[in-house]
Order: sequence, then structure tokens, then C-alpha cells
Amino acid sequence: MSELIITRHGCVLQLTLNRPAARNALNNALLAQIADALEAAAVDSNISVCVIYGNAHCFAAGADLNEMAEKDLPATLNDIRPQLWARINAFTKPLIAAVNGFALGAGCELALLCDVVIAGENARFGLPEITLGIMPGAGGTQRLIRCVGKSLASKMILTGESITAQHAQAVGLVSDVFPAMLTLEYALKQAAVMARHSPLALQAAKQALRQSQEVSLQAGLAQERQLFTLLSATDDRREGIEAFLQKRTPDFKGR
Amino acid sequence: MVEFILSHVEQGVMTLTLNRPERLNSFNDVMHQQLADCLKQAERDETIRCLLITGAGRGFCAGQDLNDRNVDPTGPAPDLGMSVETFYNPLVRRLAKLPKPVIAAVNGVAAGAGATLALGCDMVIAARSASFVMAFSKLGLVPDCGGTWLLPRVAGRARAMGLALLGDKLSAEQAQSWGMIWQVVDDEQLATTAQQMALHIASQPTFGLGLIKQAMHAAETNTLDAQLDLERDYQRLAGRSDDYREGVSAFMAKRTPHFTGK
Repeated sequence: MSELIITRHGCVLQLTLNRPAARNALNNALLAQIADALEAAAVDSNISVCVIYGNAHCFAAGADLNEMAEKDLPATLNDIRPQLWARINAFTKPLIAAVNGFALGAGCELALLCDVVIAGENARFGLPEITLGIMPGAGGTQRLIRCVGKSLASKMILTGESITAQHAQAVGLVSDVFPAMLTLEYALKQAAVMARHSPLALQAAKQALRQSQEVSLQAGLAQERQLFTLLSATDDRREGIEAFLQKRTPDFKGR
Repeated sequence: MVEFILSHVEQGVMTLTLNRPERLNSFNDVMHQQLADCLKQAERDETIRCLLITGAGRGFCAGQDLNDRNVDPTGPAPDLGMSVETFYNPLVRRLAKLPKPVIAAVNGVAAGAGATLALGCDMVIAARSASFVMAFSKLGLVPDCGGTWLLPRVAGRARAMGLALLGDKLSAEQAQSWGMIWQVVDDEQLATTAQQMALHIASQPTFGLGLIKQAMHAAETNTLDAQLDLERDYQRLAGRSDDYREGVSAFMAKRTPHFTGK
């Protein structure tokens, strides 16, 4: 069985991390497979949204420590890993993490990279790198603080302690918490809701959301307006507004 | 090793007997550890479908063994929060989370954490001579083992305050008439009644019972809207269980259902 299972549900692509023996530890090979799958999905006009899932008990419990232990300073300097993360981060369509159980270290960083995180009641989020004498190396220190604020992010990263799904929801790391056995099903449902909308609008909105983390408010507003203007030239925009006025379901073409 | 907890599993019922009768089954660290081990088994063993907790001898449980805490009036202040965090809080959390019913058969005095532990079980059956004593206030302490959360919920705020502030003894019959416990039976019938109840529950749709329990707990903090969503989710899960199919087909065929707990 492959370590990354790829399933299609209409316009929704599901990527299932499948290294149960290693609690879905994200080694380079698995990250590369995720990047490959997302890059293929980015150019596939039949796919609108992607959901990343682990299993009922675990999302991903970290990076592969054996792989990391072998690398000294020069090897770490030239590690291919940052490029793999950059490829995943470059995915232009909505990306949902459906998290049951542990999302620790790289697993937490993968969830943080996603646009939406949906969690099971049994989910736990944490960056325990500090307990190993290292620190988060794939966005953990940057993305966590942007969604939960300074104090909690610093506490989590400096103590290595994890938080529950309920806590993660209260602080904005997670959008919804469901019974663990329904997490994937409900994540796919939310993906399907997104996938009903115009693919171009989804991509533009995602890009605007992403840029809000990169630039000042004024620059962000200017970029938002540009993207908004861009959509005015699409067939889907006409279709969306017409369908609304005619009280029917729109039929988006991605143009 | 001394067995401070007697554990016995039969026909889906795990019976745990608190067993320090000469100390009214009050808790010490070793007893906590042994109880934790039993709970681990109850959590992992799918064939266990009901937990029954009772006490050996004339008492149910007198809470924390004060001898064990070694309070030296002249020494530095003890950290009681440590023992609450290490032993009582995990115990209460695990019993509340256990997706199977927990029955307390209160055979005699339940005092301090012993009282709040008993009242926190899903169903409480007490012997007529049993009593509940919120002894904490008389020592200058606060009801722990879930006491301050639980009491207003089972007794109502006014009675909870009275019980906790006065620390007086509450008879089993009074506890029942206040709706704090499920049933009072004559002393000699306690063991049989509790056993029968446990056996019955262990033959029921355990998965569904576990969901009921979790839903009731969630209701303590949820808004109506959130609880309605949770009921939808849990019903969806319950509807997929083997026992639901079995229950419906037994009903249709007018036969007794045979539930597996899954």
C-alpha cells in the first residue's frame, strides 16, 4: 500500500497519509508525494479543493527523526525539505486539513499551512521540537503566532506542550470540532460546499487571504481590489450573479 | 503487593472494590495507582461494558487518607494541588470520558473525595445506612474530585452551598429525595441490586450508552444550538452501530435483541 492514498470525490481530492506504523511521520518521501499530488491537482481543472487526512487516531506525529538525525550542519543547510514545503505551500486551490489525533511537529506545521483546519474531538496540536533540542523548522514559529497570538504560541513552542481540539478552536487554529468518527466526512462535506463555487473565485479569494499575511493593510486592500477586478472579467461571475437573480443553481465553468 | 483495589470481571461487568476497610477505604497513593491501572484495563478491554465501584467493609470511601498526607503543623505548607492534579483530576476525567456506564454501589459512609467520587458516577445506588459527607469545609478545604462542579448540578445551588459550607452528613434517603442519587435499597440488598443493574447495563447497546453519557456531559457546557448539532452527530454515529440494526430487527421480529455493544 502506498504511503499517500489519493482519492477523488467529484471535484474534491482527498490525500490520506498512510504510514500508520510511523504515526504518519512526514519523511521527505511522503512530503514529496504530497507536493507531487498537489502540483498535479493544481493544473487539473476537474479539481477544486483538496482535503488532507491521516486516520482515526493520528494526523501526523512529526517529522521522521531517523532522517533528521543523520543530517549534520552542512547537510541541513542543503536539505531539500524547505523546497518540498514551498511546493506544498504553492498550491493555489483551497486546502483543508482534517485532523484526528496527533498533529505534532511537522504534522502541526502541515495543518497550519492548510487554509482550513477541521478537527476531531480527539485531536491534539503541538510543536514539541524544543524537547528534542531543536525548534520548528517548517513554519511553526511563524504561522502559529499569526493564528493564536504571541502568548499561547510562545508557550506551546517554548514548553513543547500540546493543546486540545477544543482549545485550538477557541483560539482560532481550528474552524470546527466534530466527533472523531465524523471528521473526514464533515471535512469532505465542507470541501464539497467550496467546490460548488467558481474555481477562479476560490483561487482569487485564497490568494487574497494569503497576501493578508504578507503585506500591509493598504497594500492588501489594493491587491484585494485587483483580484476582485480580475474576477469581473470571468464568465463565472456573470453566471453566479445571474443564477442568484434567477433563483437557480449556478453552473460554473472555471472561465 | 497489597491489593487496595479488588478487581473482578464477569459477564461484561468490571467490579472494582475499594479495599482498605480498616481505613474506611480512604485513598493513599498506591491505591490511586492501582485504581488507575484498573481504569486502563476498563478503557482498553472491549468486553468490559459496565463498571461497578463499591467499598469493602462498612464504608464506601472516606476520601483522602489524611495520615498519608503527613501534615506537619510546624513544617512548610503541603501542596495539596499536587495530589489533586496527580490523582483525583485524572480519575474524575477518565470516569467521565469512559464510554461505558459507571455505577457506584455506596455501601456505607462516603466522605470527602469519596462522596464526590460516588456522586460523580453515572448511576448511584446507596444502602439505606449509607451517608454522604462533604467533610472538606471542616478542614478548611474545598470540595475536590469534581465536587464543586458536581454538587450544584445534582443538588441545585442552594443545597450544594449548604452541603459544602456546613459539611454535615447527608443520609442516603435525603440524597435520594433530593434527586442526587438513583436509588436507595436496604443494606442487605445493595450488592444484589447493584450487581443486577450492572449485568443488565452490560447487556445493552454499549456504544449508544457511551454516546448518551458523552452527550449528557457535553450538555453541561453547550448552548442549545451546539447541543442540537452534537445530538445530530451522535445520532448519526449511533445509527451506524450494529446494535441499532439489531435493536430494530429484534423489534420488528418481536424477539429479544442480542446486543454486542458495537
